[in-house]
Amino acid sequence: MTEVRNELVRKRYAAERRFRFYGAAALGLTALFLAFLLVDIVSKGLPAFRETSVEVDVTVDAAEVDPANLAGGNYDKMIKEAFRAEFPDVKGRTERKALSALLSSGGADTLRSMVIADPALIGKTVTVPVLLGDDADLFLKGLLTRVKTTAGAMPLHIAQLDGEEGFVLTGDKAGEEAERQLGLAAGDVIRFKGGALRVTGPQNGYLKAEPIFAPDPAITTLAAGQWDVLAFSVPESNRRISDAQVLWLDQLKSEGRIETSFAWRLFEAGDSREPELAGIRGALIGSLLTVLVAISLALPLGIAAAIYLEEFAPKNRWTDLIEVNINNLAAVPSIIFGLLGLAVFLNFFGMPRSAPLVGGLVLALLVLPTIIIASRAALKAVPPSITEAALGVGASKQQAVFQHVLPLALPGIMTGTILGLARAFGETAPLLMIGMVAFIADIPSGFTSAATVLPVQVFLWSDLPEMAFQSRTAAAIIVLLVVLFALNAVAIYLRKRFERRW
Amino acid sequence: MKRTLLTVSLVALTAVPALAARDQIRIVGSSTVYPFTTAVAEQFGKSTGMKTPVVESTGTGGGMKLFCAGVGEDTPDFTNASRPIKKGEFEDCQKNGVTEIVQLEVGFDGLSIAQSKDATPLSLTKEQLFKALAKNIPDADGKLIPNPNKTWKDVDASLPDVKIEVLGPPPTSGTRDSFAELVLEAGALKNPALADLKKADAKAFEAVWKSIREDGAYVEAGENDNLIVQKLTANPTALGIFGFSFVEQNANAIKDIPIEGVEATYETIADGTYKVARPLFVYAKKQHIGTIPGMAEFIAEYVSDKAIGEDGYLADKGLVTLPGEEADKTRAVAKDLTVLTAEDVK
Repeated sequence: MTEVRNELVRKRYAAERRFRFYGAAALGLTALFLAFLLVDIVSKGLPAFRETSVEVDVTVDAAEVDPANLAGGNYDKMIKEAFRAEFPDVKGRTERKALSALLSSGGADTLRSMVIADPALIGKTVTVPVLLGDDADLFLKGLLTRVKTTAGAMPLHIAQLDGEEGFVLTGDKAGEEAERQLGLAAGDVIRFKGGALRVTGPQNGYLKAEPIFAPDPAITTLAAGQWDVLAFSVPESNRRISDAQVLWLDQLKSEGRIETSFAWRLFEAGDSREPELAGIRGALIGSLLTVLVAISLALPLGIAAAIYLEEFAPKNRWTDLIEVNINNLAAVPSIIFGLLGLAVFLNFFGMPRSAPLVGGLVLALLVLPTIIIASRAALKAVPPSITEAALGVGASKQQAVFQHVLPLALPGIMTGTILGLARAFGETAPLLMIGMVAFIADIPSGFTSAATVLPVQVFLWSDLPEMAFQSRTAAAIIVLLVVLFALNAVAIYLRKRFERRW
Repeated sequence: MKRTLLTVSLVALTAVPALAARDQIRIVGSSTVYPFTTAVAEQFGKSTGMKTPVVESTGTGGGMKLFCAGVGEDTPDFTNASRPIKKGEFEDCQKNGVTEIVQLEVGFDGLSIAQSKDATPLSLTKEQLFKALAKNIPDADGKLIPNPNKTWKDVDASLPDVKIEVLGPPPTSGTRDSFAELVLEAGALKNPALADLKKADAKAFEAVWKSIREDGAYVEAGENDNLIVQKLTANPTALGIFGFSFVEQNANAIKDIPIEGVEATYETIADGTYKVARPLFVYAKKQHIGTIPGMAEFIAEYVSDKAIGEDGYLADKGLVTLPGEEADKTRAVAKDLTVLTAEDVK
């Protein structure tokens, strides 16, 4: 008998241990997913919070700026000319284009605002921090290719080929293959004072190279230490930055003129098709306007509906029907609300497309059921003794509800509302139908001006081909997550601070 | 507190009808043209000081529907399209009073089939792609059977023994339509049985090349091309279908597969040797010019040399620009605002 009983006990304990293990494993797996997601987003997004610029001395040409129309000056041209003037060796249209491609068109905006702030700058030379273009920026952040620079350890002989373009590279030792003794591979770049060559590889028994910056023909031998080798992890044909551009950036970097700073622009600019200029301010303000409309409608309507249904409405078939419908509405896919908004607000009432007002109305409909359900639950949780005591001392039903029940239920109502708000913040689908999924560069100025919202901005950026938009996307996700975490934190704080238990 | 909130919401509701005339251009349409039109819109906003146009990405069909809904401030001024306007859409426009449409061809988009940089390079023909991706293919007797091909070797003995796995856009996408038209239809025609079918029953033939297999060999990867790039890097044996600009921008991760021996590059798409390419259009509502400020200037910006020219900023964004003559033709249309007639629409 005891044998059997012990066996049963052992089994029961084993079952419990197994269950605990499953629970812990589920929790661990969830934590792992979450950690992976966060690490992935943060590591992708962090580079977007830094921006790189190069200091250029620009002469504000009086011929290019009309003092009566400071905004209309051709600042882009002034910056590009000043920048090109620093590389006098760069000739030829393609090279000059590649050189100015390092700079972002946003530099002109900086100079423009400098001149507008101080028109006395016209005719003078100023140092302008010019933002770098997205490819140069990505390269400097190490996201395009890794570069390994090693100093040449032995003498290098360069001989120009007769009759054809190119050079032959040889080391000192005869007999051994040149690429082995010099430690060079195809695609490596040799840099020295007065020129740069790209190794193309062995050909007819010789190690050949082609010029990036054609060297002085007088240079035939470079002593050890006079030349560097740049080895790339990604070959030139596969990256968005050429060998020549890398060398220019390296030169600027060694001169200490490249500045890295916090990218305030991300929070100050609206959307743009240039990744380095794109910011989330427009979307953030659009989100705030939209949610403001949504909450100023949904909160009073939701609480009023909840109070009536919970405290005053007679219990009959009609109120039952309404209750069932409210519960069902909370589970309706959000795109349906977008279609409703399109049909009612845009087509019937003729409201403007893409406006935060319409977006707010749609989101108000979306969160209304959630708020009603949460508010009713909070009202129900207030013990009936409170109402009874109030009624007992002669208060009317309305007085009892508004002066006693509602204040006690308010923390619960606020928590539910904030969670509804957080949902409204993260919605994109219903906004698709009413035209808020759009490229909107201007920062919205009111409830009827065109706007988009943060999650939509994430969606739009994630779909663009430029690599730099991927880190912008992750950065926007980080901001969205921070906003949502903050909202949830407020909800938790309210609950902890004002909650009463009976 | 509650009283103020109520008042605010009432004010917000009543403030709507008092809207001033629209002073911002509104553009809808294809998600393929979206990256280019947005760039033009931004330039237009910066250089003219007018409000930057709002560009919605609704897809070509959805854009046409909104565009053709009528004339007036609450309808869009332009629509982007990754194919020419269809006869039905044109008639719809006419019926709703949108009688003056200006069609601007702005450039090309090449469709690329790409694979991970780390994979063994493939080279495919349209016929092979049809045999690999069509839902039903003819057997030796010309009878249609469900596609039995599991690996590329099953499709053609010269291809490697690797499972067929192609990531591509879903049926709602214009890219998918173009892929079917440009690749699968041409591939199907190579098969004599299907060529006969086309003559006998054009509808049935269309059903054959339009149906892409659903047994897992073709994976609908959503409209987000960046996602497909990531999946290809993770899975080197899979292929992906992209717009050309994606392959161009992500050259460090993926590479183009030559179709019929021709690789997709700017040059091959622009000169027409790479056949898997489609023209991109912007349609303007001429009746809005004069009412909505900035439309003429926006058109001028779009067709300007610094935008759609060979070295223009749209080329930097991945647009395959029009060859000289075609660009001149577009500029002539933009200058005279030539209205599209029923004969122009096929």
